[in-house]
Amino acid sequence: MTVLKKTAYLLGLPILLIGLWWLAARNSTSFYMPKPDTMIQTFVDTWFGGRFRSDVLPSVGRFAVGTLLAIALGIAAGVWIGSVRRVRSLLEPMLEFFRAIPPPVLVPVLALLIGTNDRMKVIVIIFGAIWPVLLNTIEGVRSVDTVLLDTARTYGLRGWARLRTVTLPSAAPQIMAGVRQSLAIGLILMVISEMFASSSGLGFTIVVFQRSFAIQEMWSGIILLGLIGVAVSIVFQFCERRILHWYYGQKEVQHGR
Amino acid sequence: MSPANSALSAAGTAAPPGRPRHRGLAVPSGVLGVLGIVGFLATWELVVRSGLVEPRYLPAASSVLGELASLAATGSFWEWVGLTLRTWAVGLAVAGVAAIVLGLVIGSSRFLRQATHSTIEFLRPIPSVALIPLAVLLYGTSMQATLLLVVYAAFWQVLIQVLYGAGDVDPVADDTARSYGLGWTARVRYLVWPSALPYVMTGLRLGAAVALILTVTGELVIGGGGLGTQIALAQGVAVTEMYALVVATGLIGVAINLLARAVEKRALRWHVSVRREAVA
Repeated sequence: MTVLKKTAYLLGLPILLIGLWWLAARNSTSFYMPKPDTMIQTFVDTWFGGRFRSDVLPSVGRFAVGTLLAIALGIAAGVWIGSVRRVRSLLEPMLEFFRAIPPPVLVPVLALLIGTNDRMKVIVIIFGAIWPVLLNTIEGVRSVDTVLLDTARTYGLRGWARLRTVTLPSAAPQIMAGVRQSLAIGLILMVISEMFASSSGLGFTIVVFQRSFAIQEMWSGIILLGLIGVAVSIVFQFCERRILHWYYGQKEVQHGR
Repeated sequence: MSPANSALSAAGTAAPPGRPRHRGLAVPSGVLGVLGIVGFLATWELVVRSGLVEPRYLPAASSVLGELASLAATGSFWEWVGLTLRTWAVGLAVAGVAAIVLGLVIGSSRFLRQATHSTIEFLRPIPSVALIPLAVLLYGTSMQATLLLVVYAAFWQVLIQVLYGAGDVDPVADDTARSYGLGWTARVRYLVWPSALPYVMTGLRLGAAVALILTVTGELVIGGGGLGTQIALAQGVAVTEMYALVVATGLIGVAINLLARAVEKRALRWHVSVRREAVA
């Protein structure tokens, strides 16, 4: 495929949609309708003044700390639970229950237990985002090829070396699938914890705009959240490509492409 | 992107047989699971009874479960559960049908797949909670506002899986169908749909879980009735009731997961992944 054709595929539909939006907004007098031409100006004015440091950065920081801790804890606990069969049978029904609790209901619970501060918001994110990573790691570690494990044992690989060269790489595709879900949940909880119990942050600010009928600003906030989501997804895909490059190579060979 | 992988982990209840190495007493895993739950409840009870946490922040396990039991005897509790489940079901149904139809149309055409790829990849990661202010403006604090969030969130889960599934059609089978002169509808009906069905089921299962999360979130933040709204109302006023309701949402979540797995197994009983499991 030529570069030109690729670009057309990449940008064609987005340009078409923005064009439609522009046409609809030009003929509309609706108060709720965002206007494309003033939107960029509003976006920059709203978020790149003092708010960038007072609301955007703290929110993103809490999201990053919470989700990274959740991923690290989830993988560590998952490797342990997944490789000891007794522990797995003991804890699995319990963990299934915790995973099934919709994470946002933890916001009022933890607000009561810890109070409404940064620590609470980070813990809410950890507590909600840990389950997909944890359960996928357990599943991944459990289904490591037994021939691989036996081979590793024969060669005297144990402890850290076995974990690093056999267990973790085999479980990596499943772990990454869990991480993707965790990131989405972490982002939801970042917003919810601020909407429900806060006086600063992205979620709080957007709700304030909505309540005071600052429609253009509200739209700019929705767009900002969308852009953060897209940025997180791009970073994730970059990491996934690097961590799982062997896996994609194997798939391509299998599919004969 | 790891379509094969997400399908694997989804359909992947086909666990490899564990190594038969028993050391000491062999306890069946079901018993251990019950032990785990009992152990957790006992720890919870002890932590509160010993005064480590004040009961006005965390009531003892026994009082929370007792409260849940007495709530379950009231009609209004089941009304809340009914509201929550209705929003969940309507949202999932709308999102599911829309995503399956769109997914099959886009997925069975190479041109549409390539033309929509960038737009879908951009819209999908947008967190659905970003739409909360918009939903409130459009619908006020009603059930429709929550429904908008549920539909948006569940739609992408299903759509992505249907697209993977429609892209996973065996090229040889596709060429065969074409040379036998099967038309577009016949190909979708007899070739694309069965090939995509395992993915569709995965998408619906993921979508069901996400839809519940967003239903409760909407009820919690926006209002409009249901379990989420009751949790928000009970916060700080009736602590034991709040915990009992949280436990209730967890139980509903478990029930939905089990239901989704059962439906998946039934719809795919002809599929290799399920048949292999039955043999093993």
